Amino acid sequence: MTVTDHLTEADIEEFGHELDRIRDEVIANRGESDARYIRRVIAVQRGLEVGGRTVLFVAFLPPAWLAGTAMLATAKILENMEIGHNVLHGQWDWMRDPEIHSTTWEWDSASPAEQWKHSHNYIHHTYTNVLGKDRDIGYSAMRVSPRQPWHPVYLAQPFYNLALAAFFEWGIAIYDAELERAWRGEKSWNETLRQLRGVVRKARRQVVKDYVAFPLLAGPAFLPVLLANLTANAARNIWAHTIIFCGHFPDGAEFFTAEQIEGETRGGWYVRQVLGSANIDGSPFLHIMSGNLSHQIEHHLFPDLPSNRYPELAPRVRDLCQRYGLPYTTGSLIRQTARVWKRIVELALPGPKSQPAGVASARPEPVSAAAV
Amino acid sequence: MLGTEAPRDILIVDRKAEYPAETDVDKVMWVAMPRKTVSMTSLSVDVSTGIDAENAERIPSPSIGRRLFALASWLTTPLLPDDYLELVDPLWSSRGLRGRVEAVRPETGDAVTLVIRPGPGWNGHQAGQYVPVGVDVDGVRHWRTYSLTSAPEHPDGCITVTVKVVPGGGVSPYLAHRIRAGTVLRLGPAQGRFVLPRPLVSRLLFLTAGSGITPVMGMLRSLAARGEMPDAVLVHCAPTADDVIFGAELRGLAVRFPSLRLYERHTRVDAGDPHRGRLTMAQLSIICPDHAEREVWACGPRAMLDDAEAHWRHAGIAGRLHVERFHPVRPAVVSGGGAGGGGRVRFVGSGREADADGGTPLLTVGEAAGVLMPSGCRMGICHSCVTPLVSGRVRDLRTGREHGDEGELIQTCVSAAAGDVEIDL
Repeated sequence: MTVTDHLTEADIEEFGHELDRIRDEVIANRGESDARYIRRVIAVQRGLEVGGRTVLFVAFLPPAWLAGTAMLATAKILENMEIGHNVLHGQWDWMRDPEIHSTTWEWDSASPAEQWKHSHNYIHHTYTNVLGKDRDIGYSAMRVSPRQPWHPVYLAQPFYNLALAAFFEWGIAIYDAELERAWRGEKSWNETLRQLRGVVRKARRQVVKDYVAFPLLAGPAFLPVLLANLTANAARNIWAHTIIFCGHFPDGAEFFTAEQIEGETRGGWYVRQVLGSANIDGSPFLHIMSGNLSHQIEHHLFPDLPSNRYPELAPRVRDLCQRYGLPYTTGSLIRQTARVWKRIVELALPGPKSQPAGVASARPEPVSAAAV
Repeated sequence: MLGTEAPRDILIVDRKAEYPAETDVDKVMWVAMPRKTVSMTSLSVDVSTGIDAENAERIPSPSIGRRLFALASWLTTPLLPDDYLELVDPLWSSRGLRGRVEAVRPETGDAVTLVIRPGPGWNGHQAGQYVPVGVDVDGVRHWRTYSLTSAPEHPDGCITVTVKVVPGGGVSPYLAHRIRAGTVLRLGPAQGRFVLPRPLVSRLLFLTAGSGITPVMGMLRSLAARGEMPDAVLVHCAPTADDVIFGAELRGLAVRFPSLRLYERHTRVDAGDPHRGRLTMAQLSIICPDHAEREVWACGPRAMLDDAEAHWRHAGIAGRLHVERFHPVRPAVVSGGGAGGGGRVRFVGSGREADADGGTPLLTVGEAAGVLMPSGCRMGICHSCVTPLVSGRVRDLRTGREHGDEGELIQTCVSAAAGDVEIDL
């Protein structure tokens, strides 16, 4: 790894210790105000959802349709990003409230929480950006690193990535069942089918709620409500897809091989999280709507610390990276999204040959100049 | 088992006694909270209704309320209707009982009474019972059990608990000094067999000290509310007259009901007072000469209760003594993970692991590891924390005895790891 060549093993360990200290600090002083934060976000989200769905009862009036759909989409985004994703990470388990706990939470998404926790919390967060291990690299369907061998099917990836964005929750639900691993015989079909049945059970209720029950309840507004719910779900899907792709796939985020992480220390793991992740600069509103995944680097370093603390950790982590000469990739949402799509289009084609083992040595700048 | 400190010939009516009857309630309450099938126990809970799917089918005609709830849950999936109703009133929850603190009343320098309005799920209580209270201190949920000091006949539907500050404690200082009216607490159903029999016996003796007066206060208030005070003697010990919780009310009751005799013993007053110092059983014989003929309810510090148990057992009338114990666990074996035990604890259900020493209760170990541990009294008596042991052996912190069979229900609050342990949570 050329970007870490200047660091000795002792440096990397010290880098890890510094991060451990930051982590311990947050754990020692998390308390009532953090608990109040998550409860407030949950109350706002549920209020928005109830409000949106209520307004939609008169969805045949265009302004009501717009307002209701916007409220519902916002609620669904908050529910998936700042609440669901983070609760399922166990960020709020320390409150010991069974109603806001990673072991009991279920979210408004087609994929059952239990399956997602395995593929995300364990596989993705442990093996972040390790080729052949982290299935989140291109979601096993796209070529996002030059190190992935090219195949003609990737020619179509800009198009099916668009489709994936619109139906992201369904993509994730099926993806968690690891069909490709069952196909390759790495996983039993029995287990895969059991998981798929779980998806069907969960998804059935989701579909009935949004596309049958609420439209029927609205009576004459059946069609507008159906369209509103479809729009809100699609908006949530596209938003989640955008944020998540910006977290790992823009230029600047590194990929690794299984050999590279052999014998990896805790310090080494921390370094890999920094190199494999990318932040998004923006307003507090963007941070909340992204579930603070705009602080993807901090999230990957401390996946189980409360998300409301990432903003205050970001400057410290950035400073630490600067001191250790490690790149801290960040940029505005537009810029990072453009970088993601540029990469997806470029890598749809064979090559590039010039990049030996895909090490991004030609990184434009270690710390993005993009203004906050 | 707890038998070691409870010889069989003494009728100990403490919180462990109702375990077989009450556990189901606790478990159901606990299980009903998660929103999905992959639950903490083996019971199958419907994905979003929280209703035990198998039982729901067996019940021939579920109530209209339940049907509506199940229907509404199709609209709120993956959440429950409760999750939205709570926005209107936090007491409206079918997942777990709640109560709102209506008032906080100081009693003595280190004791306060909380007046709590319980939510619609509250099924009432019997005088002398206790209630599990869940409270968030610095954002973290803690459960404690407190004796109910209000009479069940209380007209406004509120209940009261009276909390004495345990210096350095995690919860009681918060309840005494920081909690404000309006705070919403989690509650469990009233439990305990430290209650008066019906029909009432004709002669009673209450033997209490310190905060041990709390369950007896509930009984006395209940008797007073019904206007049927039997021949009763209350022998109560406190450091000084000012430290007597409910002092003025007790003295008033003794004046109002000639059949109630109050004897106050102030253990830390000036020399010269014949009624100072710790109460001995010999003195009790003088204070209440006919105590052997009375049915006795005793609650107070460990030493006093141990004395009383020995005394009544010696007299061959142990069946007349009813005891309620409050005191926390005193580890019989404290070891820092050396020969005394300790090991790797794996929580099978949640997949979490932690290292534990031989002196730390598994409950504490699990909570520190982020496992959602059921808990209650934290002193080995209420059995709210019982959890199946999957493998390994544990040590009872009260007796030092090592035990553990596969599937055995262990009390995590008084059990420490004796080697590597797997727990079904």
